[in-house]
Amino acid sequence: MPETIIPAGYFPIILFFVIALFFGLVTLFFGSLIRPNRPSVEKLSPYECGNPPFMDSRSRVFIRYYLVAVLFVLFDLEAVFLYPWAVVYHKIGMYGLVEMLLFIVILLVGYAYAWRKGALEWD
Amino acid sequence: MELKEIIFFILATATVLSGWLVVSLKNIIHSAFALLITFFGVGGLFVYLSADFLAATQILIYVGGVMILVLFAIMLSEKVYNVSIFHASKILPGLLVLGGVQVVLLRVMIESPWRIRAGADSVMRPTTEILGGLLLNEYLLPFEVISVLLLAALIGAVVLIRKEVKRRREGACL
Amino acid sequence: MPVISLESYLLVGMMLFAFGMFGIITRKNAISVLLGFELVMNAAGLNFAAFSHFTDKTIHGQVFTLFIIALAAAESVVILALIIAVYQKMNTIQIDEIDSLKG
Repeated sequence: MPETIIPAGYFPIILFFVIALFFGLVTLFFGSLIRPNRPSVEKLSPYECGNPPFMDSRSRVFIRYYLVAVLFVLFDLEAVFLYPWAVVYHKIGMYGLVEMLLFIVILLVGYAYAWRKGALEWD
Repeated sequence: MELKEIIFFILATATVLSGWLVVSLKNIIHSAFALLITFFGVGGLFVYLSADFLAATQILIYVGGVMILVLFAIMLSEKVYNVSIFHASKILPGLLVLGGVQVVLLRVMIESPWRIRAGADSVMRPTTEILGGLLLNEYLLPFEVISVLLLAALIGAVVLIRKEVKRRREGACL
Repeated sequence: MPVISLESYLLVGMMLFAFGMFGIITRKNAISVLLGFELVMNAAGLNFAAFSHFTDKTIHGQVFTLFIIALAAAESVVILALIIAVYQKMNTIQIDEIDSLKG
């Protein structure tokens, strides 16, 4: 296997982070230098030209979003375990396919359970 | 110092500092975002360990998944602001444990004869393929057990949350 | 001593672990306790990967880190569901106010 030095390949990512941070900070800084600053009650309300807010914006979100997030995280994990399998698939072949099918079927049982119990319904 | 050492130093410092912010900030949302920086920092440190797949996993699972869950849970439980979140009586024992753990681990770290293999740094290689081979051969049983664990977590979460969803539907106060 | 060495990784891992323990002990809010726990898990994973890189030719340690990440995610899913269920029942997530075993 040809051995490569990875950190050089990661340099664009670091550059990306630095530029993103720099851009945000510089924009905010120059904006605060240039713009006039005369706040009033009307201007500070969330929708200056819209409806008056009728409740606190920091209220509880609907609980069913949490179930959707749970499904997302668990299948995210499954996807992570799929990547290495996909990379070595041509080497391992049938054996690996059966193993991965077992893995996926076990998780599908949970998915069927959640579906059956109405966790996915959105009335 | 070379450039890569400087970047390593910045990453390690940011990780440790934001780790301290996680446990010392008063507002829970702020400490959740400090945890986000810690996750990114640990992901960056994985890169230096020639663990590219782990770095990607760290970002994907922790930053993309667990962080979302934590923020949802914070928003689902109403009292976020102006709550006292420290046990005043437990801060001294907490500091004692903090110092004790650090002293013990530092001693272990300094006195143990670590067998560093030669040429560990500088040469790195992609690991996804090796990890796949290990997962599907030597670590097959843990790999399948992980799927059972995920199944258990899914069913547990559905059972715990479903009751509340049902109760609210009957209450019709949505 | 070189900057990128096993010792510096152990130092970072130690700091994260100790801070996590401090958070678990001193925090009142259940979600904050979970955040401390995540720090401890991250420290453990970092140490596994560091030992695997610096003392071993193979990458068996990275497999363990992968399992630790999966474990931490699954466990935080269940813990947060528990916290939400407790909040719905008792209307609080301050762990010193949750003192009845029977809901």
